[in-house]
Amino acid sequence: MRKIDLAKTTLRELNEDLHRQSEGANETDWEIVNSQGFHAVAVGVDAPININIRGSVGYYCAGMNKQASITVHGSAGPGVAENMMSGNIRITGDASQYAGATGHGGLLVIEGNAASRCGVSMKGIDIVVRGNIGHLSAFMAQSGHLVVLGDAGDALGDSIYEAKLFVRGTVKSLGADCIEKEMRPEHLKTLDQLLAKAGITDVKSSEFKRYGSARKLYNFNIDNADAY
Amino acid sequence: MCGIVGLFIKDKALEPQLGALTNQMLATMCERGPDSAGFAVFGAPANGKAKLTLQSANADADFKGLDATVSKAIGAPVDLKIKSSHAVLTVPEDKVEEARAAVRAAHPSISVMASGTSIEIYKEVGYPTEVSKRFELSKMTGSHAIGHTRMATESAVTTLGSHPFSTGLDQCLVHNGSLSNHNNLRRELRRSGMTFETENDSEVAAAYLTARMNEGMNLGEALTKSLDDLDGFFTFVVGTKNGFGVLRDPIACKPAVMAETDQYVAFGSEYRALVNLPNIDKAKVWEPEPATVYFWER
Repeated sequence: MRKIDLAKTTLRELNEDLHRQSEGANETDWEIVNSQGFHAVAVGVDAPININIRGSVGYYCAGMNKQASITVHGSAGPGVAENMMSGNIRITGDASQYAGATGHGGLLVIEGNAASRCGVSMKGIDIVVRGNIGHLSAFMAQSGHLVVLGDAGDALGDSIYEAKLFVRGTVKSLGADCIEKEMRPEHLKTLDQLLAKAGITDVKSSEFKRYGSARKLYNFNIDNADAY
Repeated sequence: MCGIVGLFIKDKALEPQLGALTNQMLATMCERGPDSAGFAVFGAPANGKAKLTLQSANADADFKGLDATVSKAIGAPVDLKIKSSHAVLTVPEDKVEEARAAVRAAHPSISVMASGTSIEIYKEVGYPTEVSKRFELSKMTGSHAIGHTRMATESAVTTLGSHPFSTGLDQCLVHNGSLSNHNNLRRELRRSGMTFETENDSEVAAAYLTARMNEGMNLGEALTKSLDDLDGFFTFVVGTKNGFGVLRDPIACKPAVMAETDQYVAFGSEYRALVNLPNIDKAKVWEPEPATVYFWER
């Protein structure tokens, strides 16, 4: 196992080292200590390796991740897992604003709460939040799934496209063109799979409600002008 | 961007470390604002005395003999402690306004950064660590402190444009963000009798809160009211004689992290600013909600 102490190694050296890893890399287990809220820890990794970060991180941790499984044993600052392509990212604490923004794939699990704009413009990523999420989450979400075990803030799914949102708690308000939708068997099945992938076994998919696009704002229609 | 830090001590045993802890917090926020820096420290009030923090670009000439001049003008003994470009003038509590007028009459080039029984404010253009070193922040003690590293957006990089802004006795405000209706608000506040030293939007926010508190609101109520009247982006951290408040606008784009233990409440624009605080690993750490007033008093 490679152990990197960020009190001794620079962030640039760490990220360069991680970028040298590739498919079939021998060093598959990494531990990063003394993260001290640093920005851009483990950004742009493209290798099937496991990375454990001990402590909280600052902005943009694990951004653009491909293939790697990254766990932050602490909280994450704004933009964690931004534009992730594949792999798994787990935050054991809370995440700040725009977690998983524009993500194309992979799974982001936040065990604490996520702040505002969680999953903004998500494009295929799956996000599972055990706690609550803040306002304007899943704003302009295009595809993928956002699963929230707690409550959602104001304007959930504002101007949403085809992403599917599942919320177990209350929703403070829905954004433009976002509506509650029927939970059909295929949705329960999808949700069961997502919860299982996230390692969550203590809640039932039947406890959730589904939200998605009413598809009224896809094409401009003068009758809907007030909704924009 | 700008960086804000704040530390409100609950456990008196930690008070001697206030300056040293704030100094560390401020140092980590240099990257967020390299243009200028400033800090307000609330120390133990001396019985019956008040302090004016003065600043001058010509400190050597302006502060020389100022104590004798002011003492004569107000008819009471005063004390003057010079620290680089700043000086703290201690006067009897009921002579604050007379002393302010006497300073202005003697040297119009002197600015009054703050006045009150416990507040002192130091702020200058320059790299934040240099500014805090110059004014020996790490040696200061007290109950709470607020600091700011500025990346100038709405007005020029000047000493007066640096934060914190103090527009009332023992009050100060630091701001990360930008207000869009500050010109209108400034006009309205001027009409109601407030005076302004700069064209800075953050000074308007400070004066707005002072005006509301002068009308009888407490800090919490004034902060709540500001959500109706201030337009733009803001994260505010506000200090009063015995209080510490935090407010983010409803959109809450500007970053904020808070931590609380039995010993203190701390604020940072980023978690990095908090990592050296005692027992931070065991602290309750959270992101303040938008449009929600947080307020502590002791």
